[in-house]
Amino acid sequence: MRTDVSKINGQSPCEDLTEGLMIFAGGTSKAFKTGEWRTSTPVFDREKCKQCLLCAPVCPDGCIPVSDGKRDDFDFDHCKGCGICEKACPFGAITMTE
Amino acid sequence: MSRKDRMSGNEAVAYAIRQVNPDVMPAFPITPSTEIPQMVSTYIANGEMDTEFIPVESEHSSMSATVGAEAAGARSMTATSSCGLAFMWEELLVAASNRLPLVLALVNRTLSGPININCDHSDSMGARDTGWIQIYAENNQEAYDNFIQAFPIAEDPRVHLPVMVCQDGFITSHAVENILLEEDADVREFVGEYHPEEFLLNPGKPVAVGPYAVSDYSMEAKFNQEQAMIRSKEVILEIAEKFRSRFNRGFGLFEEYRTEDADYILLIMGSAAGTSKQAADELREAGIKAGVLKLRVFRPFPAEEIANALKGCKAVAIMDRCESYNGHGGPLASEVMAALYTSKVYIPAISYIYGLAGRDFTVETAKDIYKELSDVADKGKQIKQHTYVGLRTREER
Repeated sequence: MRTDVSKINGQSPCEDLTEGLMIFAGGTSKAFKTGEWRTSTPVFDREKCKQCLLCAPVCPDGCIPVSDGKRDDFDFDHCKGCGICEKACPFGAITMTE
Repeated sequence: MSRKDRMSGNEAVAYAIRQVNPDVMPAFPITPSTEIPQMVSTYIANGEMDTEFIPVESEHSSMSATVGAEAAGARSMTATSSCGLAFMWEELLVAASNRLPLVLALVNRTLSGPININCDHSDSMGARDTGWIQIYAENNQEAYDNFIQAFPIAEDPRVHLPVMVCQDGFITSHAVENILLEEDADVREFVGEYHPEEFLLNPGKPVAVGPYAVSDYSMEAKFNQEQAMIRSKEVILEIAEKFRSRFNRGFGLFEEYRTEDADYILLIMGSAAGTSKQAADELREAGIKAGVLKLRVFRPFPAEEIANALKGCKAVAIMDRCESYNGHGGPLASEVMAALYTSKVYIPAISYIYGLAGRDFTVETAKDIYKELSDVADKGKQIKQHTYVGLRTREER
């Protein structure tokens, strides 16, 4: 009964769907582009950013990628535009826009 | 070897739970099912079973915890009544749509209001469209037998749906009757060990249970769930047959009591079927061909089978221990009449409401109903549909 869920899509016949729509894979939420829900968008100002990294851990959706101790621009595939990062930034490096 | 004993319905179900020894049982007490978790707790405290008992703060939580435990891979169950079942509402649908084969021991009690603790079927009838299999017992023996059959039905790969094992509050749950109990080893062999194929606590085989589904998938998922309910009918019959060949008793989807040549049939569920059988016996002695169709399985609804069983009689009374507040008839009557019509069995069928909130249903009352059926069938008398049996009215005085 373990099926390759990557082969299932919105056109699949009912017989091909899994029982109770169980998903036989981990970390599949990455494939769900919830960024479409966003009505307000954060803009990242690299000039003002001091790389204090207070913003990254407060993001509820893990949309502030950090590598080698430095943050990069937002992951807009999953950012829902909640604005928490803007409030957390002490340097005004994040601005929410409509 | 069967052993004779005497027990209440609650004792019988608690005894069956001890024998099945499920992995997890979250529960919250509510009259009249409280004794079931209470007795199970005693069995656990005495070291007679090793089920993980979770005392929770509400029925919303008991069903949530049962769902979670079952999804994790544990054989899980709970027990409740009345408002407890109503408080589980959301999770009942979650359990069924996630295709979790858990079991609920339901002790039927009316729903408020007026607030009342006695028996009718308004709790389980209210949950009739939640996707659960529903099996009803006439007495403590059937409550015990049905519980033992519940896990094998639920866990069958053709089914994977939750099962509600229903017995009448107080009338069955608290009255002590003779009962045949089976050996622990026999019951355990019948039920078997639980080895789910897919579950959450399964290292290396990740699975997500109950994901959000957009409109592209939801309708197909619901159709698939309905197919499982349809398939469950054959599984229920197979398990019933296996039980009968092993322990020499039991019924399939319903019991046909003296119906083979019956002119008048009373269709009923639960403890009042016994009362109706007594009435049928007494009428038979007077030469009146009376019979009883006791429905055991309400979900899946055996529509064709019921129509087939009724097609030879002159008239049928459909007895609902529940009001549907639809201005038309009880839920059982509505479904049976639809079944008769779609099977082109055009016999007089009358909807009766009886026994609400513990109101007595007597042999004499059942005989009166048979008399009305004969008036309808033989004298063409018009009988009001949706009649309340034994209702006090100014007219009746």
